[in-house]
Amino acid sequence: MIATAFSNTTLRTAPRAVRSANGSHVAVMGLSHTYRKKDGRVLDGIDFEIQPGEVLALLGRSGCGKSTLLHMLSGLTLPSEGEVVVNGNTVRGPSNRWVMMFQAPSLYPWMTVAQNAGLGLRFGRRSHEVVKRVPEVLDLVDLGAYSDRNAQELSGGQQQRVALARSLATNPEMLLLDEPFSALDAFTRRSLQRDVREIAKSLGLTLVLVTHDVSEAVLMADRVLVLDANPGRIADDVTIDLDDAGRTSGSDPFQAEQARLMQLYTQVAHGDLPAAIS
Amino acid sequence: MTAIPDTQGGFALPRLGRFRGLANAALGIAILLGLWWLGGVAVANDPDMYAFSDFAPGPTLAALWDILSTGEVFEMSGPSLYRVGMGLAIAAALGVPMGIAIGRTPWLREITNVPFQFLRMISPLSWMPIAVMVYDTWDGAIVFLIAVAAIWPILFSTAAGVRRIDPAWLKVARNLGANPLHMLFTVILPAIAVDVLTGIRLALGVAWVVLVPAEYLGVTSGLGYSINDARDILDYSRLAAVVVVIGMIGFALDYICMLLIKRFNWVRDTAH
Ligand SMILES: Nc1ncnc2c1ncn2[C@@H]1O[C@H](COP(=O)(O)OP(=O)(O)O)[C@@H](O)[C@H]1O
Ligand SMILES: [Mg+2]
Repeated sequence: MIATAFSNTTLRTAPRAVRSANGSHVAVMGLSHTYRKKDGRVLDGIDFEIQPGEVLALLGRSGCGKSTLLHMLSGLTLPSEGEVVVNGNTVRGPSNRWVMMFQAPSLYPWMTVAQNAGLGLRFGRRSHEVVKRVPEVLDLVDLGAYSDRNAQELSGGQQQRVALARSLATNPEMLLLDEPFSALDAFTRRSLQRDVREIAKSLGLTLVLVTHDVSEAVLMADRVLVLDANPGRIADDVTIDLDDAGRTSGSDPFQAEQARLMQLYTQVAHGDLPAAIS
Repeated sequence: MTAIPDTQGGFALPRLGRFRGLANAALGIAILLGLWWLGGVAVANDPDMYAFSDFAPGPTLAALWDILSTGEVFEMSGPSLYRVGMGLAIAAALGVPMGIAIGRTPWLREITNVPFQFLRMISPLSWMPIAVMVYDTWDGAIVFLIAVAAIWPILFSTAAGVRRIDPAWLKVARNLGANPLHMLFTVILPAIAVDVLTGIRLALGVAWVVLVPAEYLGVTSGLGYSINDARDILDYSRLAAVVVVIGMIGFALDYICMLLIKRFNWVRDTAH
């Protein structure tokens, strides 16, 4: 039971049927946001672009507006100024073409693993796909054997895998992750970081990841946007130049990239201690 | 996670199926019968109370057997069950949607709080004269009284359940493309099922208590009427037998509610 949470070598490559179309192209233009007038701008003049299939990390200390920015990419919150354009269309609300994942898996405890994983399909009037699609995505996250279990019986890492399967079931073009591994133990976190990157790459998904952990950004991302706080602005745009072999926390290239990013991050964080390096 | 009042600990029913639970339940019943028997002996030996000696277990159980074996029990309890069922159905049909709305909307909660707490504290039976004037039939008046008594526990329990819903469940559902109906039937109702049923269980207790005095008036059927009728013809063993029937049916209805609560309770004991 625990073993599956740690296994990352057994990860299956995506079968053809699981492959989605192409990842989303995202353009964020002149985006600013104010929650309450007296608090001033949370985000100020954000511009960037994400290429289809790219893994982008938004790195910044707590409270700098990462989650706000991610909610705006998802359409769950609309910006006070500027716009988010996905594949040429301005985002005006949530869509089944991209899914957000949160720190807590938030599975529904009255449902089985399979019922949880199939929810997006049910909500999208695609219930007929559930029978075929749900086993596929559960296999993809190594939980095929758990489909009839109650969601509460799984470990934290397994629950987060179910949440991942639930997100993938509708064949989205883009995954938006808001610190989804921060509540997990180091072992489970490492294996999920690797697996999520591999799955996104094999499916060609665009992946946007919010994190305050430098090593997580280096492990997972092709590119990192370092955010400044009060108001949130893009301070640095860093490409992580690592091949698959280099994406191991022990390797020299990894250490070098991590040190480089850490230095940038520390400068931006105005002497605030950055999150633990592990 | 969610606290479920009245089903765990406290005076919950014994866990039948486990030998000790069964044995203790049997012991409790035996003690009750013993006290009843002692009371009967005391009454029989008291010249002033001798006339009431038919309340003792012997005559009562004989009368009870009569009522059960002739099927008269169905005649007596049918109308009562109908009235309670209707009253509860109306209370749930109004109380659950109102409870959901109040649980979800802070301003609605603030507006309704004082008036509802005020109305809740008025004994349902004090509406009796008004109910009798408003409704053409006694049946209608009794159903109204039961609904008035039953709506509050259902409404408040539902609202409390809605307020305990994890906001992340709603956010995730919205993110996965849920429309308002999905939200209601896939997330909200399953999440609060136990709270609603707990409210109904409490409401049933109140309704069953209100039923008998309500049936003392006017109607010519039902358990309350049967008690009054037995008193009028001085048939005390029959009167006591009807009291026992009322207790047994109430117990059975409560037990059904408890089984339903158990069935819909999604909280599992987990290590984390
Ligand atoms: N719904 C909200 N209403 C008002 N202020 C908010 C809301 N959400 C976030 N904020 C504020 O916006 C700032 C950025 O928050 P957030 O985007 O959650 O940061 P991060 O995810 O980087 O920790 C914080 O100062 C936070 O207090
Ligand atoms: Mg955040």
